[in-house]
Amino acid sequence: MTTDLAPAIHATRPFEEDLTGRAPKWARSGGLVISRSLAARRMRNRIATIAVSTAFALALLPLASLLTTTVIQGLGRFDLAFFTQSMRSVVGEGGGALHAIVGTLEITGTAALISVPVGVLAAIYVAEYARPKVSSLVLGVVDVMMGIPSIVAGLFAYALFSLLFADAGVRSGFIGAIALSVLMIPVVVRSSVEFLRLVPGELREASLALGVPKWRTVTRVVVPTSFGGLTTGVILAIARVIGETAPLLIVAGFTASMNYNPFSDRMMSLPVFVYTQYAAQGPDPVPFLERAWAGALVLILIVMVLNLVARLVGRAFGRVR
Amino acid sequence: MTAETRAHGLAPTGQDRRGDRVFGGAVRAAGVTIVVALAAVGVFLVAQSLPALLADGGELPGAAPSFLDYVWPLAFGTVWSATLALAIATPLAVGIALFISHYAPRRLAQGLGYVVDLLAAVPSVVFGLWGILVLAPLVQPLYAWLVDNLGWFPLFAGPASGTGRTVLTAAIVLAVMVLPIMTAICREVFLGTPKLHEEAALALGATRWEMVRMAVLPAARGGIVSAIMLGLARALGETMAVAMALSPALVIDFALLTPTNPSTIAANIALQFPEASGIGGNALLATGLVLFVITLVVNIVARLLVRGRRGNR
Repeated sequence: MTTDLAPAIHATRPFEEDLTGRAPKWARSGGLVISRSLAARRMRNRIATIAVSTAFALALLPLASLLTTTVIQGLGRFDLAFFTQSMRSVVGEGGGALHAIVGTLEITGTAALISVPVGVLAAIYVAEYARPKVSSLVLGVVDVMMGIPSIVAGLFAYALFSLLFADAGVRSGFIGAIALSVLMIPVVVRSSVEFLRLVPGELREASLALGVPKWRTVTRVVVPTSFGGLTTGVILAIARVIGETAPLLIVAGFTASMNYNPFSDRMMSLPVFVYTQYAAQGPDPVPFLERAWAGALVLILIVMVLNLVARLVGRAFGRVR
Repeated sequence: MTAETRAHGLAPTGQDRRGDRVFGGAVRAAGVTIVVALAAVGVFLVAQSLPALLADGGELPGAAPSFLDYVWPLAFGTVWSATLALAIATPLAVGIALFISHYAPRRLAQGLGYVVDLLAAVPSVVFGLWGILVLAPLVQPLYAWLVDNLGWFPLFAGPASGTGRTVLTAAIVLAVMVLPIMTAICREVFLGTPKLHEEAALALGATRWEMVRMAVLPAARGGIVSAIMLGLARALGETMAVAMALSPALVIDFALLTPTNPSTIAANIALQFPEASGIGGNALLATGLVLFVITLVVNIVARLLVRGRRGNR
């Protein structure tokens, strides 16, 4: 590191040559030519500043375009019918996404019911119980699971249930929830472990020194102390999977009708609704695209509200930066 | 230990020991569940893929002579579109992260960080919708111009797509989608570089850019590489944006702007699965297995790089 800084010392005057007549090694390395004039260095600095700022502005463009388009196009069908009707026997205009909203709530809710206990308990195991080697093994597995593409999680859930029921055409909301759990559990574990590890060791020692058994130390001291962080992590994990399309498209299928039972038959979800409205347009595409954008708007709103709630919870409990 | 202290619950009682056993067992079971779940993902995918892997020619979709012939164009499309996306996203991510960590005023930087996180929260199907309905029509004239004027360059070979739904459009959408995670990692690495070196460089008269080149980028090289690898893993597995943003064909073609584009494994599964039956379904599962292995390798390499960097310090 220090050798890298050496050129700066001589930055305002030409470096001295060594006996071989060549520039010293530190002055040749790193591509920094120190004999460059001050004006040239200023110019390069200005170019770099412009480039960095441009990169930032360039990245904001798609976000701005995406948000404004979704809001403008989505408001067209952001009406009462959209939230109170399904697509049953709708061929053109009208209809709504109630079946998809119900499906998304049930599937994501079920996934959370599975993932939160498993994820938080596993995090407690990693942070409080396991030996260091075991705990880094489990965390390694969690990291690998984090890298599973969402469509592969869907394929796994399909493979599992099609073998269990010996039915190649098996589809249900519950299988979708299993697929989402595969994606959600590692996220919950990762964030929970981080927050459990933030709990000061003195608290545990004090509790244990008073003779409190370990399980009560964990449930009464460690978990309550990190409660805000744990909740934040769970909400962000929900926000991550609620927009998942690919796994639900292949295991929960799609339908135009209401289905309140996650354990049988196809179940629509909001992201899949958006996709099918786009992919299976009628002769007049306008109402289909309007419904797709309205669905996208609802999805973005849900995700943003979840993120906001996570932030507020984190702030309320004061354990998140 | 007298009976009195026991009554106050200070010494472990039988109930406490049972509680420890039950709770300890529950958390251990949860830990085991995760390991079993990962193993199950591999086992069930392999089990359901075998019929396709062992199938004779002709049974597979598209009458491919063997599974390898079937998956090869898809694997090519997956890697090609992800590589393009990374080529676009990497300089941008480094630029944005630098802007937030070293250029923007501190108060502004925090808000900007939040904006970038917001991008990460947008569901992929919305990106897909945006890609096809907004971006594709927008860039189509540019594609036509490129083909007309720079068509001699192999990447820009014609004919130009009339819809703008090409592999380049998909790559742009993918780039926007992987930007947040790459930016987040780069930003953290840049903020973690040794502050004293930066101050020393500035104090000795270096310009801001020289300071970045001397004190920030060298220390952050490993972090940038791992950001690229994690972004790559994301781009490889992304489904809906690609499924919606390009018109797919089973071809191997480097041209960026034509109407026939190589599909990706993930997009192909999403598009074909609802109608697939019999060995066709198994073939799709087998391609999913291939995708799983590819992303696994990329992820592991990324982690090893991160670990190697930490070890060097």
